[in-house]
Amino acid sequence: MQKLLNWVDERLPVVDAWNKHLAKYYAPKNFNVWYFFGSLAMLVLVNQLVTGIWLTMSYNPTGEGAFASVEYIMRDVQWGWLLRYLHSTGASAFFIVVYLHMFRGLMYGSYQKPRELIWLFGMLIYLVLMAEAFMGYLLPWGQMSYWGAQVIVNLFGAIPVIGEDLSLWIRGDYLISGITLNRFFALHVVALPIVLLGLVVLHILALHEVGSNNPDGIEIKKNKDENGIPKDGIPFHPYYSVHDLVGVAVFFFIFFIVVFFFPEMGGLFIEKPNFEPANALKTPAHIAPVWYFTPFYAMLRAVTVDLFGLPAKFWGVVVMGGAIAILFVLPWLDRSPVRSIRYKGWLSRIALTLFAISFVVLGYLGLVPATEGRTTVAQVLTVVYFLYFILMPFYTRMEKTKPVPERVTG
Amino acid sequence: MRKLIFGLFIAFLPALGLAAGVGVPLDHIKTDHTDKASLQRGAAMFTNYCMGCHSMEYARYKRVADDLEIPVDLFEENLIFTGAQIGELMKNSMNKDMAADWFGAPPPDLTLESRLRGESWVYSYLRGFYKDDSRPLGVNNVVFDKVGMPHVLVDLQGLCAVEPNIGKKASVEPLSGNINNSSACPEYATEGSMTGAEFDRAMYDLTNFMSYMADPIKVERERLGIFVLIFVAIFFVFAYLLNREYWKDVH
Repeated sequence: MQKLLNWVDERLPVVDAWNKHLAKYYAPKNFNVWYFFGSLAMLVLVNQLVTGIWLTMSYNPTGEGAFASVEYIMRDVQWGWLLRYLHSTGASAFFIVVYLHMFRGLMYGSYQKPRELIWLFGMLIYLVLMAEAFMGYLLPWGQMSYWGAQVIVNLFGAIPVIGEDLSLWIRGDYLISGITLNRFFALHVVALPIVLLGLVVLHILALHEVGSNNPDGIEIKKNKDENGIPKDGIPFHPYYSVHDLVGVAVFFFIFFIVVFFFPEMGGLFIEKPNFEPANALKTPAHIAPVWYFTPFYAMLRAVTVDLFGLPAKFWGVVVMGGAIAILFVLPWLDRSPVRSIRYKGWLSRIALTLFAISFVVLGYLGLVPATEGRTTVAQVLTVVYFLYFILMPFYTRMEKTKPVPERVTG
Repeated sequence: MRKLIFGLFIAFLPALGLAAGVGVPLDHIKTDHTDKASLQRGAAMFTNYCMGCHSMEYARYKRVADDLEIPVDLFEENLIFTGAQIGELMKNSMNKDMAADWFGAPPPDLTLESRLRGESWVYSYLRGFYKDDSRPLGVNNVVFDKVGMPHVLVDLQGLCAVEPNIGKKASVEPLSGNINNSSACPEYATEGSMTGAEFDRAMYDLTNFMSYMADPIKVERERLGIFVLIFVAIFFVFAYLLNREYWKDVH
């Protein structure tokens, strides 16, 4: 065995890679519960890839056959129902763990220097994930798949001059059709997963280059022992590999409760209108995107005024795009001398709390039909969402921070 | 560790918040896919009264026969009217284009109807027909206004002369002792062969069958789910102990 390993190692740096990324990757010893969500995101990604491959074996990507083939998977394919529920529940679970993973980054300043690139790659992953989820949602070819895609692709039509042609180009047809389904299938199962995997590799390589942040926001590499090992660091493997295993067990417990007992999650993970095949002549009474897009959908609907001769819809798209784009520049908005919310001042704490509340409530508002009162609330919360970022350079510099300890506090 | 469990629980909380909103009041029922007798009666009801117009084209006869424990020869003899083989999908002979001419829209496939609209909706709808001479077919439905479907079960239920009580609780009038809303229909224009209670029971069976058809794996899925959760729970114990063992020397 050792001889085989030596033989390979002389030709490929496997031992080196093992040490660099696992056995001698020193991670801070004070990770808390928020640090499970990175590895859980990886777990869900693997789940999506594996179940996705098997679903592809029985799925029929045509306008005529897609809906029936999903029911074929659910009824006639051995364990097909399980593969499909693992995949559909996995999609929502992916966004849950990714949102919590991102919130962790916001709390502990994990995007700050020198981790800007990790944050940027992470944001790109989030962007690709949204595209992946959106295109995957069309594939069952139910009513909500169809009309959801119709609404989202039509958003591109709001862009002046090129808009209409652009949405036509995306659809490949004058309305969502089998042609659109075919191309979304190709992008969903081939193109975007490749990009996603590449970005995940970059995200982790960049992380392992600079090292992990921690709840105290301290640079553990500043305190090394005589062997050059950070005093507050422990090897990722075995310490965090066994640690993450516990997180995996807890995650699976909740995940499987949904998969086996509430696969529709009350219409949130699989929307009820999707039990009816796509019908271009029949618009559902209420079109709502899946829950993980609803905060942005609520912002889109919150913009109700025409401005500079351009329609409100266009400005809604701008606001929605801006809400995601502004996350990219976050590392350069935070001027605080400290990373972690533990040592930032009250202003930062209040700002982060308001931001989290606005995101969750906007998510709810995007699910339910708009009323006048709800639109007003959505408008206020949209402003709150943006103020968190726009005012960040000021409140992070103005406030009084607490002294950061030399060593991690556990 | 408590924090971890709590954290993950919180993570899934937002998903629990939504219940399906319904416009009209409904009579609520709980279906039971383990009640084979009810499902068998529902299957007979569906194939005899519904399948002339409504297909269940995503499901196969054989699966129904197996799941409901109906012998194949008995099933073929009594429940297949199209001459289809037992392994075939449950289609019917109605031409969709012609049906669109007759009813305004072709009768929808009903394989997934109970997941699309909800079981309580189906149960209420089936009992919601009443006489309305302003409609082309002479009937309307309290759950589905201006419905294009005729009252197929009129021979069983009879024709209700007034709007049936759907989604209203039965109550006792304090002075006279009369019971209000005890059955869906208080007054019949024509009598049917079943009493109100018998018809309710038959519609429960039919709804139960449709609910089973929409989600045939439900019983098996939930049975398996228990074992999966037990396995994960045991795995958790070992993972927890392993983690504790390793972390003993981290200070």
